[in-house]
Amino acid sequence: MSSDIRSLSAELARDPDSLVFLELGEALRRRGQLYAAAKAAVAGLERHPRLADSHDLYARVLVDMGHLQQAYEEWQSTVELDTRHLGAHKGLGFLCYRWGDLDGALEHLESALAADPMDPSVVQALRMVRDAAADLTDAGESAPQSMFEGLEGARHGLLLFDTRGRVLGGGMSTELGEDVSGDVAAYVAGGSHEADRSSRILELGDWEWMIVEGPGGSMHVSRSGGDTLLLVARDGSVPSGRLAILADRASTVARDWLEAQQP
Amino acid sequence: MSERFRQALDGITRVRGVRGALLVTDDDGLVIADSVMEDVRGGAVAALAASLATRMGKAAIGARIGESHFLHLQAESGALLVMPAPNGVLVVVLAERNVNVGLARLEMLRAVEVVK
Repeated sequence: MSSDIRSLSAELARDPDSLVFLELGEALRRRGQLYAAAKAAVAGLERHPRLADSHDLYARVLVDMGHLQQAYEEWQSTVELDTRHLGAHKGLGFLCYRWGDLDGALEHLESALAADPMDPSVVQALRMVRDAAADLTDAGESAPQSMFEGLEGARHGLLLFDTRGRVLGGGMSTELGEDVSGDVAAYVAGGSHEADRSSRILELGDWEWMIVEGPGGSMHVSRSGGDTLLLVARDGSVPSGRLAILADRASTVARDWLEAQQP
Repeated sequence: MSERFRQALDGITRVRGVRGALLVTDDDGLVIADSVMEDVRGGAVAALAASLATRMGKAAIGARIGESHFLHLQAESGALLVMPAPNGVLVVVLAERNVNVGLARLEMLRAVEVVK
């Protein structure tokens, strides 16, 4: 055990209510002693559950341990306690980016920048996410729109994309012909992570599909094998049951296409 | 819980297969009123439903569907239904997989009328 960790541990033993657990947990995390770091963070959280920094520390340890969903939840707790918490917004931005939710990543990184406009790591991360968003749009533009040829709404209301929001095929456009494939894929990919989280925490098993209805119509989102998602959107004249049938047909086409892409 | 909220939620929970019904704030996912089975964690249902509704609401606007007025998440062992009321309140239902969604939705619409 290094001397700093030894002295921090001793200090915490003398005064278990002190905030030195934050420094100790971080020191252990940096040394890769993740189990000990988690233990320090959890003990600190038990004594200081309303302290944003204690949730932030635990989240950082969880990320290093690979427990990303739990880390996300801890950082959410952090920003609930302190809406301008720099570390939590950076962390949430990182996780959103990693999960392909570029919109969420930009939102959190902009909050981080507002908390500390001079933090170079935030500026750099923002640049990276904006570049990724631009790449995503380019990818959407070059995706094979003809994949669903022959199916109703093949080029403007059927979209295949992955859980990072990268468009794989099909297309989504407005009545005026504006291509919104990239944006919609990014939003729905973010929503799919929320669906994963909800299903897991509420013990519903894997989610199969979602329908969202609005004044302009409905959209049906389903898994299409692996980490791909299929979105079918239609105007209000198409009932939900019909939408599900269309989704089922398109899903078969998408699976065949994905299989054909395998080396 | 006010009598009118209780009646609105009781109408939903009478539908076979419904495990819980809640009124939830849409911005922070807090429970306003609930009627849930003992094994249902109302706070978690509220927070997750609000978060999911926010994300998918953005997607619906992006897809030019407009402001979402109903969300149905279907999973292997259950379903989550969310219906926004006009005043920042969500009516949320946690149900068994085989719930009659049409009936549940009808009662959710009634609840929306009560809370708005």
